[in-house]
Amino acid sequence: MNVHTTSPQFKRNAARALADTQLQKALGNVKQGFIDKRAKAAAKLPEFEALRDSARDIKNHTLENLDLYLEAYEAKVTASGGHVHFARNAEDARDIILSLCREAGAKTVTKGKSMIAEEIEINDHLEKNGITPVETDLGEYIIQLRHELPSHIIAPAVHLNATQVEQDFRRVHKNLDPNRDLSQPVQLLSEARSVLRERFLAADVGITGANFLVAETGTSVIVTNEGNGDLTQILPKTHIVLASIEKLVPTLEDVSQILRVLARSATGQDMSVYTTFSTGPRRASDADGPENYHVVLIDNGRSAMLGSDFQEMLRCIRCGACMNHCPVYHAVGGHAYGWVYPGPMGAVLTPALIGVDKAGHLPNATTFCGRCESVCPVRIPLPKLMRHWREREFERHLAPATFRSGLAFWSFFAKRPALYRLATRAAMVTLGFAGRHRGRFKWLPLAKGWTKYRDFPAPEGETFQARWKRERSRRPA
Amino acid sequence: MSARDEILANIRRALGVKGTETIRKQIVAERLERAPKGLIPARGQASGEERLAVFKAQAEASLATVTEVTSPAEVPQSIALFLRSHNLPATLRMGDDLRLKAMPWAETSLEISHGPSAGGDLNAVSHAFGGVAETGTLVMVSGPENPSTLNFLPDNHIIVVSSKDIASDYETVWNRVRFTFGKGGMPRTVNWITGPSRSGDIEQTLLLGAHGPRRLHIVVVRD
Amino acid sequence: MSADASPTERRAKPRVGLFVTCLVDLIRPSIGFAAVKLLEDAGCTVDVPVQTCCGQPAYNSGDRATTRDIAEQVIAAFQGYDYVVAPSGSCAGMIKAHYPELFADDPNLLPKAEALADKTFELTSFLVDVLGISKVDAAFSGTVTYHDSCSGLRELGVKTQPRKLLASVEGLTLVEMNDSDVCCGFGGTFAVKYSDISGAIVDAKAKNVEEAHARTLLAGDLGCLMNMAGKLSRDGKTIEVRHVAEVLAGMTDEPPIGAPKLEKGERP
Repeated sequence: MNVHTTSPQFKRNAARALADTQLQKALGNVKQGFIDKRAKAAAKLPEFEALRDSARDIKNHTLENLDLYLEAYEAKVTASGGHVHFARNAEDARDIILSLCREAGAKTVTKGKSMIAEEIEINDHLEKNGITPVETDLGEYIIQLRHELPSHIIAPAVHLNATQVEQDFRRVHKNLDPNRDLSQPVQLLSEARSVLRERFLAADVGITGANFLVAETGTSVIVTNEGNGDLTQILPKTHIVLASIEKLVPTLEDVSQILRVLARSATGQDMSVYTTFSTGPRRASDADGPENYHVVLIDNGRSAMLGSDFQEMLRCIRCGACMNHCPVYHAVGGHAYGWVYPGPMGAVLTPALIGVDKAGHLPNATTFCGRCESVCPVRIPLPKLMRHWREREFERHLAPATFRSGLAFWSFFAKRPALYRLATRAAMVTLGFAGRHRGRFKWLPLAKGWTKYRDFPAPEGETFQARWKRERSRRPA
Repeated sequence: MSARDEILANIRRALGVKGTETIRKQIVAERLERAPKGLIPARGQASGEERLAVFKAQAEASLATVTEVTSPAEVPQSIALFLRSHNLPATLRMGDDLRLKAMPWAETSLEISHGPSAGGDLNAVSHAFGGVAETGTLVMVSGPENPSTLNFLPDNHIIVVSSKDIASDYETVWNRVRFTFGKGGMPRTVNWITGPSRSGDIEQTLLLGAHGPRRLHIVVVRD
Repeated sequence: MSADASPTERRAKPRVGLFVTCLVDLIRPSIGFAAVKLLEDAGCTVDVPVQTCCGQPAYNSGDRATTRDIAEQVIAAFQGYDYVVAPSGSCAGMIKAHYPELFADDPNLLPKAEALADKTFELTSFLVDVLGISKVDAAFSGTVTYHDSCSGLRELGVKTQPRKLLASVEGLTLVEMNDSDVCCGFGGTFAVKYSDISGAIVDAKAKNVEEAHARTLLAGDLGCLMNMAGKLSRDGKTIEVRHVAEVLAGMTDEPPIGAPKLEKGERP
């Protein structure tokens, strides 16, 4: 379905990521930065935990009534002079966007950061049709120059170091003085700012995503720190909003509740710098703003998640806290996941969108440590949902045969306590005797994965149940 | 079947509903009509001086600078001083806001121009619709009075806000928006602004002035 | 005795069924005996019904049918006790947090699963939260650092309980490591199926352990302990690794996890 998908090669991707020293250095920044900031922001707000409940409840209520809220939202957008387009899938969405861009006579299109835009691969499609898309979020801009996918949903270039960014700017920005010092992040930012400023002013169409859509008013909401999303949407003649259908919330009060947990969970800010509520095109008296306002509402697999084991995933507000707190993400980074959405939320969402046959590794490559769920602002039980994918895989016999037979072997004994006691007793006596001197094994049959990185501690020899029986039966009750 | 109808049909099938249920429609209509408030944090829930103090502290935590004046007439001098003390040119772009227009700009040597920004302005001033104490956020509404481009294109953005318009929470400001623009009606753009533009995209290093203003200066008019 | 005394107060000795856990049963029975000592010292009668495993390996592999079969056994085996206690947050968490979910659609077994969940506890949490114990009668000389195992921490809220009890051990000093609440990379079959990633995670954990400069590393789950002990010994580190129950019970005669077992007069 997707040319860029490398999710089936997760293990290979992970091995490569672990060996990439540059990447490992960059990933150190994730561990330090995001976690402390979120913890501090949450600690400063006594109502934070209760607000998480509130955010969860709002999203649940909206999902249960999504049909009605979509209708209400559509009516409001239309009433304010905007247009709503429905797209069943990525192909529908690409067609709609391309025709809107052609209608506007667009040569260049600026883009705010949007994960759904990555999902439908709109940039490739526009380029193939002679329209130049320009990513304007600094991180997205950098990865666009590198022809990469974002490695993090809110920090797309978190896998890179400043020297790599400098090399990319020198390669692409042809007018750049070779003697200019670009060794510091602040110098790189200033270079990007001046290059992109020209692009903002020259664009014919601006495409943004939406963090939320408000049914009460027909409003789309974007949240940014840079202000790039705003320059993307107020300068060109046409503003196109891309949003998947689960972005709906009922009212301005509801969106305000959720905003109180979004930035705190994402970057540890109390509120992001720019939260922008856009409703329709510019008004007759307005001095600026887009003349045309279009919303492309994209399903692309969401309605199939409703009413399923995975409905709760549709609460996700894309804050990135789950990946910021994930030991697996910290180890391998976002690209290893092989598609648009990395980390725990990606491990649940990706199989739903591209198929568990392709993304089966993702919900398996987790320790179920539960740290993601403990920080999720809308309380998505991510480990539980990953387990549901494992159940689907098990039912469809997608797990490797060796693993299945190993599990079956173990299950056979686990279900038969008497046999289990006999078998384990003999096995542990043997292992215990063999490992007695060193106390550990450097190598064991069938445990290669374990002993590649660590020793296997030797058992004491006699099982607890055998020793208990022996010792306690001798003792008068 | 159109994509729209197909998507709605899929949603309804998945939820096991028809979309015609009176009770569901009532619940949704009522929520949209009443817009019930959720949980409001205690942080901004103060009055008078205390609320203003929370606003200032929060705005400064977001790396904005804040100054106070006791009347609108003092605003031009205060802004001129701010620009001078940062070695910025004495130019200022603004919209047609009547509150701003009524201020004695002629008492300063500032070169004032009016209208939206096309990208060439270093400094701009806007008048806020309101402020929110709990996060030090300014609420801007679009229109010829305060064009949205002024919020983003200039390097230095100065926002004037009247202390009586600083509310405890977002919900209070939404009620004022509804009162001003009609229930369910909205200006083209409402901007919540909390501090100057920034990015952490390069090595998680916080840098100000990513695409929007490098400086955000707030002038609170106590009235 | 007052009329509103709790059942624990009314009955002199609570009857505890020890869920020994399959790893402790097979690899390190002394943890089980340490748990028994702690429970008996606290005034409980301890019994060990015939058992295998809580079913977590099957559950986390997506095999619900096998998990239910195993869970039914566990429910039956532990029906007669006042409490079920496990020296593991992971296995106790499986019974407490996941059994009810497993039988959510079974009106017959759900109440039984819920009853079992209600009376099941991780060892240190049982001692502190249920029995109200704040100190143990044990001595251990030296510094220890404590790793918070994930299930115990996040499913059962085990965090302060082991630390509180450790503080009462004579001669023991607890030093906290960085990121004590971050996963060690064990994750059951994950450690074998995704060994490269697991290896990287335990590597980070081992560094934090080492930087704490403690003589002994403690935790409440044998799976995590084997993972960390195996990593530390592979890297040639001399930090001793033990289950927290061994130290709390004052039963540290057995060599640390992964250390050689020496007969009298034998040299390594």
